[in-house]
Amino acid sequence: MPERKLGRNAAVVGAGMSRFGAFPEKAGRDLFVEAFLDMRASVDRGLDPKAIEALYMGNFSSELFEHQGQSAPIMADWVGLTPRPATRVEDACASGGVALRQGILAIASGLHDVVLVGGVEKMTHLPIAQATDILATAADDLYETPAGFTFPGFYAAMATAYLSKFGPNLDAFMAVTIKNHQNGAANEKAHFQMTIEQVMQKARDRAASQGLVVSDWKDACDFLQDPAANPTIAYPLRLFDCSPISDGAAAVLLVAEELAGAFSDAPLYVIGSGQASDGAIHTRNGLTALNAARCAAKEAYDMAGVQPRDIKMAEVHDCFTIAEIIASEDLGFFDAGLGAAAVMSGSTLLEGSIPINTSGGLKAKGHPVGASGVAQVVEIWKQMRGEAGQRQITRDVGLALAHNVGGTGQTCAVHIFERR
Amino acid sequence: MAGLPFNHIGFNAHLSQERLMGVLCTNCGALFVPPRELCTTCYSTQMKWQALSGEGRLVGFTAIHVGLPAMAQEGYDMEHPYCSGVVKLSEGPAISAQIVGVDGAHPETIQVGMPLQAVFIQRSSDAERRIYLAFAPHADG
Repeated sequence: MPERKLGRNAAVVGAGMSRFGAFPEKAGRDLFVEAFLDMRASVDRGLDPKAIEALYMGNFSSELFEHQGQSAPIMADWVGLTPRPATRVEDACASGGVALRQGILAIASGLHDVVLVGGVEKMTHLPIAQATDILATAADDLYETPAGFTFPGFYAAMATAYLSKFGPNLDAFMAVTIKNHQNGAANEKAHFQMTIEQVMQKARDRAASQGLVVSDWKDACDFLQDPAANPTIAYPLRLFDCSPISDGAAAVLLVAEELAGAFSDAPLYVIGSGQASDGAIHTRNGLTALNAARCAAKEAYDMAGVQPRDIKMAEVHDCFTIAEIIASEDLGFFDAGLGAAAVMSGSTLLEGSIPINTSGGLKAKGHPVGASGVAQVVEIWKQMRGEAGQRQITRDVGLALAHNVGGTGQTCAVHIFERR
Repeated sequence: MAGLPFNHIGFNAHLSQERLMGVLCTNCGALFVPPRELCTTCYSTQMKWQALSGEGRLVGFTAIHVGLPAMAQEGYDMEHPYCSGVVKLSEGPAISAQIVGVDGAHPETIQVGMPLQAVFIQRSSDAERRIYLAFAPHADG
């Protein structure tokens, strides 16, 4: 396809999120109100909600999680946007990233100048088996589900293919877990705000208080290798290789580029947007890369006119540790097969050459499915504006990338942001 | 069974007779597993069923300890995992299936690339007594 440009560019002038975690007292709409208020507070020059012309909501499955269809107009009503058009976007775990793209396209089309993009999922009130079953509906129900695959199972199959082809050991997966929990520990909105060492200490304290045997784990890796502390969910992936089931919402305010200065003193400009699709896991040429991610990344890089090496930070879709490693290769930060070595060497740490998932990622920040792609932009907003606090990247972050995957790679959305 | 639709109904009907079948586009020769009514290579709808050898190799696999509810009903649990995988058939296409005859509790004994053979299984908790596709280590493997 020829290189495409947007008809008109969009800028991010506000971004916010609810706390991610388990909130039995909150419905999905309440989480979105929390995100909306956080977003509104982030608009430097203030936001009159009446200026918002349309809402695009990423949400995977309010029907199955909350017995609630047609959730977008409810979200619009709860933040006072009716009668503005409200549209729900569903592409499984990529719902948020694809909603963001719909908002960008609405501005590029010239129809709207000010668009709110949201994402929400309310998940934790259901038993884990039921939530797992709902997540499994993102798979091909006719030809993948009968094989017994769960979502951890799909990524575990990618992991065995990756380990077989490229030969790293499971230490690379543990390095992703340790890094993302380290970052999440510095994120006051994260579902898990503990390093693995702190998780380990808490387990020791709990055992001691209950008069049980206190394990003598040497370090975080030793803890993660203990099947009692970190059981296998789908070999080779263990509990701490998996992102959690979370409640949460996020909101991003987009405006036409020429209006950015009227809202924000430090807007982020969307300079690249890419999206692609793919078939079921068995339709692909191998399991060690996601073609949709590679296609979406190429579209976004070409539109932006930048290279992977220009990117200063990335929030990527680490629903499982192996997914972050494959993403780092699909996005061109590392060659195929070298993502594992890169995370082991520290290249993706906060102070590394390409910090990945400074928010804690889906792994530690949490993964309320429809919100995740929008929450990635919230982290990029904070990092690019120097507002990330303890986890602030110290080098200048002038160019950042968000990578949001649906299912096992049936959908991927990639966006590139620039601070001028 | 010539009149079976080129979709999951036809695919599963063939499985019930212990046959793994794909569809062949009679216009361009493209082979599809699972079956489909529209050739996405040449956009012809002139399809016919094509018998497959059932031989293939393991592309990637997992031993699932926290399984789908339907598999939990089969008795699989944390201590008794089941295996699922992607199998590339000798005719070219690949398919997802349960992998049986392997020891999910010792996944290091299972190798990516190992030769497999289609087998046809029932799941005891399945009221419809449906036949599912699975793969087992190849007898000559």
